This record gives sequence, C-alpha cells and structure tokens, in this order.
Amino acid sequence: MLHIRDLYFNYPNQVSVLKSIDLNLDTGNIYGLFGKNGEGKTTLIKVITGLLYPKSGECRFDNIPTSQRYPSVLQEVFLVPEDFELPAVSVNTFATMNSKFYPNFSQEHFDSLLKEFNINPLKTIPTLSFGQKKKVLIAFGIAVNTSLLLMDEPTNGLDIPSKSQFRKVMAASVDKGQCIVISTHQVRDLHSLINHVIILDDARVVLNQSLQRISEVLWFGRASGQDKNEIVHSEGAFGGKTIVKRGEKDESEMDLELLFNGVLQERQTINQLLEHA
Amino acid sequence: MDFDNSKPIYLQIVEFFYENILIKDWQEGGRIPSVREVAMMVEVNPNTAIRAFNYLQDLEVIYNKRGIGYFVAEDGYSKVLEIKRKEFLEQSLPDVFKKMDLLNISFTELKNAYNEQKNEKK
Repeated sequence: MLHIRDLYFNYPNQVSVLKSIDLNLDTGNIYGLFGKNGEGKTTLIKVITGLLYPKSGECRFDNIPTSQRYPSVLQEVFLVPEDFELPAVSVNTFATMNSKFYPNFSQEHFDSLLKEFNINPLKTIPTLSFGQKKKVLIAFGIAVNTSLLLMDEPTNGLDIPSKSQFRKVMAASVDKGQCIVISTHQVRDLHSLINHVIILDDARVVLNQSLQRISEVLWFGRASGQDKNEIVHSEGAFGGKTIVKRGEKDESEMDLELLFNGVLQERQTINQLLEHA
Repeated sequence: MDFDNSKPIYLQIVEFFYENILIKDWQEGGRIPSVREVAMMVEVNPNTAIRAFNYLQDLEVIYNKRGIGYFVAEDGYSKVLEIKRKEFLEQSLPDVFKKMDLLNISFTELKNAYNEQKNEKK
C-alpha cells in the first residue's frame, strides 16, 4: 500500500535526518516505529503524510507520491500528531467540520468511542484537558476509517486507565483493510498491540521485521550456562536479560526494550540472524 | 536452567481459554467470544488472538462454524483436563521434585503438608 524507496530528507542547511529509507507498509498490520529522540520518527511520519517533501527518493501511496497531496490519497490517510491545536468549537462541530474530508467516516463509531473515552461531545474543545483533547483526536482518527492511520506518541498525556482503553479500542479497530503505524517511546504501553517493528537509528532503518519472525529466530530471557556461545546481546544484573539464538528452545515473549537496545548495539548480528537463520 | 517467565502472549491467551473451560464458564458446545472480542479483552493485536484460536483449533479444543463463530468442542472439557494434567505431571512436578531434592524435603514432609492444607479447607 505504502512504498518508500531510497528516501532522503534534510531540513534546510542541516545534515540528513533520513537516509536511504526503504519501507513497505501493508494492510492488516500495526507497525511500531521506534527510535531514540531526534532520530527522525516524526519527520518520517510527516514525509509519509505529505506534510514534508522528500529531498530525493520517493514515498508512494497506492502508487501516487504522497507529496502531491491528491485528495484521493489524503482521504485515505490520517495522522494523530503528538503536538496539535484544535479549533475552539464543540467536539461534535469539530467532527462535522472535518469528517467531510473522509468519506468512510462513521458518526456512530465516533460517538461510541467518545463514550468509551468518557468525553461529552457537546463540550467545547478548549475546556478539555490535554489528555481529553488527545482522546478526541484518537477517536476521530479511528472513526474516519482511513486505510492508513499514523499515530505519533498516542499514549503521551493519557492517564493510566485511558492507556488500557486505548489498547482495547485499537485492538477492536484494526481490521484487515487498515494499516496502522504507531510511533512511540512508551514501549510497555503498546507492545502487545504491534505485530511489526521498525527501528530508526542514525537516520536509517536499522530493523524492519515482523514480531513473528523475531520470535522464530531469537529467544528473550535469562540465559543458562550452555547458552553462553549463543548470546547475541545481554544487559543487567543477576545474569541479566539476554537475547539468545533460539535454536531448539520454546518460543519466548519478545522483550521490545531489550530488542531495541540489542539492535542499537549489535545491528549487524541481529539482522544477519533474522535474514538467514 | 531455563526460566520461562516470558511465555508468548498467544500462549497466555490459550491459558485464559483453558481456565474458562475448566471452571465451566465456557460450556462444552457453547459459543465463545470472537477473535476481535478476545483481542479487546486482553488488549492485543488481533493477529496474536488469531494465533491462540488456531492453536486451540489444532488441538480440537475449540472449533469454528463458518460465518457463525467459535465453539468449545463437545469433549472440550476433558481435552483441556488431559492437556493440563499432562502439563502438571511432566513439567510442574519435576520442578517440585528438583526443589525438594535441593532443599532436602522428604516425601513424608510433603505428604503432611498436603494433608494439613486439605484439613484446613474442610
């Protein structure tokens, strides 16, 4: 659905923040986009949505460059940004105004999501807290039912019960026709939702794999003595947490934080294992 | 020693199914929640939930009526019982035995502790 080829981007008079990016995003997946601060996650999202133009290379949605901002593409793409300003109108008016651009918008779905998030649609947006505003935007982003939905740090600003509500809502909302990209630092909040990991580092994609493939090849946990030669990455005290070649071991649950640190340090080893093992 | 406190999520969902069937919240032949409902309940990616459904379908604990939904197999309870018994005898017990050896706990001591707990319950 979305194809990115050899994409470069830099802000004026600065070094490249995205270098040689190749990515394919497909429907039916929830992608987790990870990277340290300032590694280009938000920039990549802005390029995908056509808010920024690539310096070279291309980013195509159903074969149309997103930088051309065709209505037929824009109505199929929605971004829940990290920072946003919403107009001083009621929640309902906001939805009526903006849903015009999205033919698949469902008022019914929007209403039920607001209810789930405990937000009164008659309230004016400026009277809401930051977290509530964010929830309005998340609910709207889901209700417009675009084939590509991007969320930049969606759980920032959400209180503890809302994080769980958010996961429920997301789990119920993805259907086979949708592709969701969530960029985040809150690995623990979202780990159970995503099924594909993309890690950006040093302006490049350093890992792009399905969770299924990762747990086929790698094992996460405490290594035993006989695993010594199979250790790919380790950290922490008491023998610590390790990533080991899985071999004949039972499948383990992936530890995203550990994987993230592992990939930053042992990028080549891990990618070689994932590609060839 | 392998510490397996990091079981994959789909197997944890499988455990959740087992429990519901064993405590008879989900009756044999009865309909169970859909993939989407389970994904919501446990807050996971629907693909992960599907894996749990497929796993249990392969074990013939549940079955799919096309277009209608998933149901507990007619002998679902005894199937789960058999699976869990086997797991206990082959995995949990050897661990207990190993620990008993290590801590020098005799079989009589174990038996006494067991009886004591039984009596307390009564």
